[in-house]
Amino acid sequence: MKNRTLTIMLSIFLFGCGPNADNENTPKQKLVIGGASGEELAENQVFRKNNGSDPGTLDPHRAEGVPASNVLRDLYEGLVSEAANGDYIPGVAESWTISDDGKSYRFKIRDDAAWSNGDNVVAEDFVFSLRRSVDPKTLSNYSSMLYPIKNARDVVLGNESPELLGVSAEGEKVLLIELEEPTPYFISLLTHSTTYPVHPPSVIEHGSSFTRPENMVSNGAFTLEDWRIQDYILLTRNTKYWDDKNTTLSNVYYYPLDNPDASLRRYRANELDFTDTTPSEQLPWIKENLKEELKITPYFGSYYYGFNNTKPPFKDNPELRMALSLAVNRTIITDIVLGAGQIPAFTFVPPVKEYKGIQPEWAGLTQEERENLAKDFYLKAGYSPSNPLSIEIIYNTSENHKRVALAVASMWKKTLGVETKLRNQEWKVFLETRRLKEETEIFRGGWIGDYDDPYTFSELLHSENEMNHSGYASNDYDALLKSASLKPAGRDRLNDLLQAEQIMLNDMPVIPLYFYVSQHLIKPWVVGLEGNVMDHHYSKYVKILKSETIASE
Amino acid sequence: MSNFRFVIGRFLGAIPTLLILICLAFFLVKAAPGGPFDFERSLPEEVEANLRAAYNLDDPVYLQLAKYIGDLLQGDFGPSFQYRDYTVTELISTGFPVSLRLGFAAILLALFFGSLIGSVAALNQNSKLDYGVMFFGMIGISIPNFVMAPLLVLFFSIGLKALPAGGYNGGDFYHMILPVVSLALPQMAYIARLTRGSMIEVLSSNFVRTAKAQGLSTKTILFSHVLKPTFLPVVSYLGPATAAIITGSVVVEQIFGLPGLGRYFVQGALNRDYTLVMGVVVFYGCLIILFNLIVDTLYGFIDPRIKQNR
Amino acid sequence: MKKTNSLLNDAWSALSKNKAALISAATMAAMVFMVLLGPIFSPYAIDEIDWSMIAAAPSFSDGHIFGTDDLGRDLFVRTMYGGRISLMVGLVATLVSVMIGVTYGAVAGFMGGRIDALMMRFVDVLYAMPFLFFVILLMVFFGRSIFLIFIAIGAVNWLDIARIVRGQTLNIKGKEFVDAAKTGGVSTIKIIMKHIVPNLLGVVVVYVALTVPQVILVESFLSFLGLGVQEPMTSWGALVNQGARQMESSPWMLLFPAVFLATTLFCFNFIGDGLRDALDPKDRTRGND
Repeated sequence: MKNRTLTIMLSIFLFGCGPNADNENTPKQKLVIGGASGEELAENQVFRKNNGSDPGTLDPHRAEGVPASNVLRDLYEGLVSEAANGDYIPGVAESWTISDDGKSYRFKIRDDAAWSNGDNVVAEDFVFSLRRSVDPKTLSNYSSMLYPIKNARDVVLGNESPELLGVSAEGEKVLLIELEEPTPYFISLLTHSTTYPVHPPSVIEHGSSFTRPENMVSNGAFTLEDWRIQDYILLTRNTKYWDDKNTTLSNVYYYPLDNPDASLRRYRANELDFTDTTPSEQLPWIKENLKEELKITPYFGSYYYGFNNTKPPFKDNPELRMALSLAVNRTIITDIVLGAGQIPAFTFVPPVKEYKGIQPEWAGLTQEERENLAKDFYLKAGYSPSNPLSIEIIYNTSENHKRVALAVASMWKKTLGVETKLRNQEWKVFLETRRLKEETEIFRGGWIGDYDDPYTFSELLHSENEMNHSGYASNDYDALLKSASLKPAGRDRLNDLLQAEQIMLNDMPVIPLYFYVSQHLIKPWVVGLEGNVMDHHYSKYVKILKSETIASE
Repeated sequence: MSNFRFVIGRFLGAIPTLLILICLAFFLVKAAPGGPFDFERSLPEEVEANLRAAYNLDDPVYLQLAKYIGDLLQGDFGPSFQYRDYTVTELISTGFPVSLRLGFAAILLALFFGSLIGSVAALNQNSKLDYGVMFFGMIGISIPNFVMAPLLVLFFSIGLKALPAGGYNGGDFYHMILPVVSLALPQMAYIARLTRGSMIEVLSSNFVRTAKAQGLSTKTILFSHVLKPTFLPVVSYLGPATAAIITGSVVVEQIFGLPGLGRYFVQGALNRDYTLVMGVVVFYGCLIILFNLIVDTLYGFIDPRIKQNR
Repeated sequence: MKKTNSLLNDAWSALSKNKAALISAATMAAMVFMVLLGPIFSPYAIDEIDWSMIAAAPSFSDGHIFGTDDLGRDLFVRTMYGGRISLMVGLVATLVSVMIGVTYGAVAGFMGGRIDALMMRFVDVLYAMPFLFFVILLMVFFGRSIFLIFIAIGAVNWLDIARIVRGQTLNIKGKEFVDAAKTGGVSTIKIIMKHIVPNLLGVVVVYVALTVPQVILVESFLSFLGLGVQEPMTSWGALVNQGARQMESSPWMLLFPAVFLATTLFCFNFIGDGLRDALDPKDRTRGND
């Protein structure tokens, strides 16, 4: 049995060159900013971020959503961590080796990795944690992310006991993880909170309240000092953290402001250093007045409109679907309606590392040509200006979704004469309507990749995927995905996925509209952050520069 | 003694009210489409089944209701769906003090300044001062607080940099100024108008005129004859004012990012946090009942005729 | 019946002396007229998007006399349509509550005794409901439709009018003409409809004038929470809310709808005050207290 020893350098090799050196057309924007008063650090090393909303829980295994992930990234550290630019770097594991068949990973855990109470972080902690994560009794929302691990699916579905999970400790500091199939993106899963370690003694002692500030023992660069619900989460530097010497901040505040206008006002009043997003109708104003502080980076997400392919008028009617897709002027949506630099999308999967979707032919046409083509397809589908289609777009309540829906409706009306009704629903109602596929005709969809691999998008349109709300079912597509999932990383696998996407784009079960960008306002005195495609930011890289204007809290 | 019986009677009378309130809220929430376990990423069936079991959602509805009421009797509002490691009782007990501080300060401010400027206007009827006050009153009533609050922030926080633009900060004075003022303004304006109208009426009534004819000093007349009848309508407006303040606090808490019950409620409704939503509704229901009771008692104290009519 | 007429005559002469109320009524009439006919004179439609005119300032030369909103839609047309919705919500929701409230209150007052006690007990029960929270829940759970707004707001507001009407009914009931009808064998419902309800006109009119602005404000509150009418329809509340978010960059987006909203609230309040002074029987008796 010969194992290839992979240092970090090699592991980056495996992934192309990490997300950094990938695409030529989306140059990496660095958010590093020099403060006005040079490199001198402020006395008060406090970083105040708006997090958009409160996490439901700070239990890494049960947490759900971006706000929770943001906080957990500071509190905990997984086997693998990320550099400021998003490259994978060793976290709790200082190195790892992968077997030749790509199905077993052996991690060497740092000798100095410690919990915030001083306990050593050992391999058994990870065994405990990963088992807990897949145990259906834990009630984890994201346990399905761990399906690549051996037996994980059976454990999650309650068919096997968690002890059978393919994770074991070899002594104190070596952890072995066995996989079902070679999973080229497995390393990236290890930065997700589902795989973070929890401190076994405190979980056992406190049960679900181990996440309370007074109980929480964590192993990241920060510890939980206080959590005032709907008010703020306060983190304090963890002096037991193995890399504490490189931490500069003493405290991080996470505010749960869900109103982007309020967030902007507080940012302008110097009460926030970092906003989670920017209100799009205020972007012209922001670009004029806060140009230097607006940081926009490509984000690994795709915004689309899905057809309900299981019901008329869209069932078995690719001409109609094509007509509606062609009639949308994506540049107007990205440049005028949203205006933050979103990228018009003609393919479904956003470019990631070596993967770049093959542009369909019509992507090269002018909008006028597309619209003419759209009219032809519309007629072929059996509709005409005198016999117009009338349909409904469902979207969840949000300013941006509303604006996009209004824009698309007006384009369809103008080009084809389609009568479009808009219907917005609250998030949870929307999720149910979309899932049931009973009332939906056209729905808003959006997906942010869970890990930086095209598969996180490709699988969404697999006929058996629960999140395939369009009801798209293509045997060819499913077969290519299956074929890709059995292959190791490399061109071959990517080709399968590329081909699958091409087949799908010919069927047009969804209308790709644009690829996301992350939009933050960041004060000039905040340094150390860099834009990255996953929009992951670790506070341990942040320093606060001296500035007269910093308001003390 | 009769006072005591009146209070006890009202307390007992509140029990069916509360029951109806609980049932109404319960069935409304149950009838809502979209469940607390609908997420962008769908849950594996087994996990969802476990979640449903953990929250007793598989029992028949009447059993769930019975259990809910049973728990309520012990002061337990149940676990929150949204804040998975907290109970609704905990959430209400952290959110309520914030809303109470905000609402109470706003009511006091509105009452004090509202009746003060209303009285000043009435005593100087048809003067410039009077018109000024009335104009302010109309402005206060006509500008919704979701316009007023951002205006105040733009001016005082971003322009003058004098006051915080948001945040609770333990409820310290500076952080509460703008929220309280934006919440109190419409009510202050309303109370000013109410006081003015009422006082003008009282001033022109026969017994005041008689008192004047008898040569009593203006001060004596004001304090012994005018104030009490003037403030009767203001006292009876306290109920609607409180309701308006509770509603307004939903807006103000949102704009200033205050961790109050109104914000919990909206968040809870959006996230299908069944227990949190019900908890807030039931809790506010109790408060309203209590408050009505206090107002009735107060009214009876000011105007003894009321009690006979009941 | 003569009594009613004379009451109305009295009211009219009292009201015609109240300048503020008269001006308000005239303004309101003009406003309704404008809101109904205004869009006819504009070349733009409510949902017409002009990508080259995003958030353009008011200008006479291009016909966008109120400017455009953040999607390049004509703000004049939107303000007019928004006015239709706001006024309609105000009026219809108020009428719903008046209908429920008057019937309920009149029946309770007329029947008296145990039925009255029971019915009023029920009103007490409903008074303890945090209604606006129920409205929010309804809107969140069951989607937004104007219809639901009417029902929700109307159902909240009928309690006050029911109480007032009951009190008035109790008063009127003792009067001779009702007794006469009773002894004449006229049915209960007829008595209520023919003798009691018309006599309540004064109270109801005052109530309507003062409730409409409140309802319009409630609708704008719902708009703030994102629970208002469905786009591309709009209301003054929704427009003001949108404008408030962009008041620095495009002040006209706040200004025009806000002026219309505030003027309407102003007018209704003045009209209501004027009517109350003219009509409210309570005030008449109090003068002789």
